[in-house]
Parts: sequence; structure tokens; C-alpha cells
Amino acid sequence: MKVAITSTGNTLDSKLDQRFGRCSYFLIYDTDTRGMEFIPNPNKEAQEGAGPASVQIVASRDVKKIISGEFGIKIKSLLDSLKIQMIVIKEPEKSVGEIINMLNQ
Amino acid sequence: MSPRPTRLRKISNPPVISGFKPYGSKDNHIKADVFLQLEEYEAIRLCDYEMLNHHQASVIMNVSRPTLTRIYSKARQKLAEALVQGKQIIIEGGKIYFDSEWYSCKMCGSYFNNPEKQMEISECPLCKSKNISVCDDFNYGPEENVKQK
Repeated sequence: MKVAITSTGNTLDSKLDQRFGRCSYFLIYDTDTRGMEFIPNPNKEAQEGAGPASVQIVASRDVKKIISGEFGIKIKSLLDSLKIQMIVIKEPEKSVGEIINMLNQ
Repeated sequence: MSPRPTRLRKISNPPVISGFKPYGSKDNHIKADVFLQLEEYEAIRLCDYEMLNHHQASVIMNVSRPTLTRIYSKARQKLAEALVQGKQIIIEGGKIYFDSEWYSCKMCGSYFNNPEKQMEISECPLCKSKNISVCDDFNYGPEENVKQK
């Protein structure tokens, strides 16, 4: 199963990005093969509609869960209808690597 | 005096199909479609499929009991019209939003929702802890966000 994590950088030490639509990178992690991929977010500087556009990028990779600090109002109903689970972590200091370790437990 | 704006109806899951087509019609006239709104679909689902009473259904959809009864009777009327006149049913529209239940994990402090209504969540998707609880105050409903603006 694939999980998307919003990240501030493209290394495992980077912190979790607290925004979903305008995060710097998406980290797509496969819990079965333990493979990972960083995708730079083209919507980082978008004026509006960053959320739905980001959902499209993530949904095209067939992820089942998204981990981020917050989800905007436009995204919530969209993800509900796509049946993608949202996980909210309110700890900005957590690194992406730590979250992957938690998923591997 | 303008009327009060329509309250947003809460829908748990979108329907699995987007409509119904009649078959075996005797006359070949193309008839107008019946547009069943999503809120009317949800009222039928709650009252006739889940067998809830109107009061329980109204709480789930976040509207008043009389409003739920009005939505429900309109839905019945539309379904009957489609059935009797052999019209196609299309499920779309309505002033609605989709919502799912939110949980919080007491071990890692994360919040998560349950997109699959049919499956019960028993453990945290992050740390696999069983120490989770249903979270009421963590509301992502549109009303809270509208107020902030």
C-alpha cells in the first residue's frame, strides 16, 4: 500500500510540511516494497487551486493514505469521495524518516 | 426579506452508481429524466435502507427533522414518478458535502479519518496502537471554515 507524506525537503531528515496543497515535496512511500520517491510539488507557488491539483498528483500514484499537518476545505470532500485516508500530525518538528519508521513498526 | 440560505446536508458516501435506466419500454418516446439530488438519495438510504427514523436521519445529515421529512418526501415522489412513467433516474446535484468520522490516537497524538464506512477502524494507521478514540471536536466540516473567513 502506498502512503504520501508531505515534506519540506527531498531527504529523509526533512521535516513534515504542515501544508498539503503547497508543500515542497511529496514523499511516496510503498509499505510493501519499502521503496520511496520524492516528487517536487509544482503547485507550491500557486495562487489558488493548489489543493485539488496536488490531490490529482497524489491520486495518480494510487496512494491510500496521506500524512500531512493540515488539509484544506476543498481537499477534504475530494479525498472522502476518492476514499483516501487523511492522517493529521500536529508536530512540525517531526522528520519524514521518523514517520516512515512509525509506519514500519 | 430574503429567505434563509439552505443548510449544507452531510452525505456520508457518494452513491455507487450515477443513475438508473428503464428497459422494455412500449413506446419509443424519449422522456425527460428525473434528477434525484444527492441529499434525496441520502435520505432514502438512511430512512429506507438503514431503517432509521426521521429524527435520527436528520441528526446524521445535519438538518432539522422537518427539513429531512421534506427532502425524503420529495425523493419518494421523484422515485415514484420515474417508476410509473418509466423515466431515467440521474443522481446528481444538491447542496451537500461529504464527511467521514475522525479519530485521534492517544499514543502518537495524530488525527485520522475513516474513508471506508463499511470497515471499522480498530488501530492507529501510524503507530498501530489500539488506544484510539472517536474525536468530536476535531471538525473539518465546512461550517467551521466559513466562520473563520
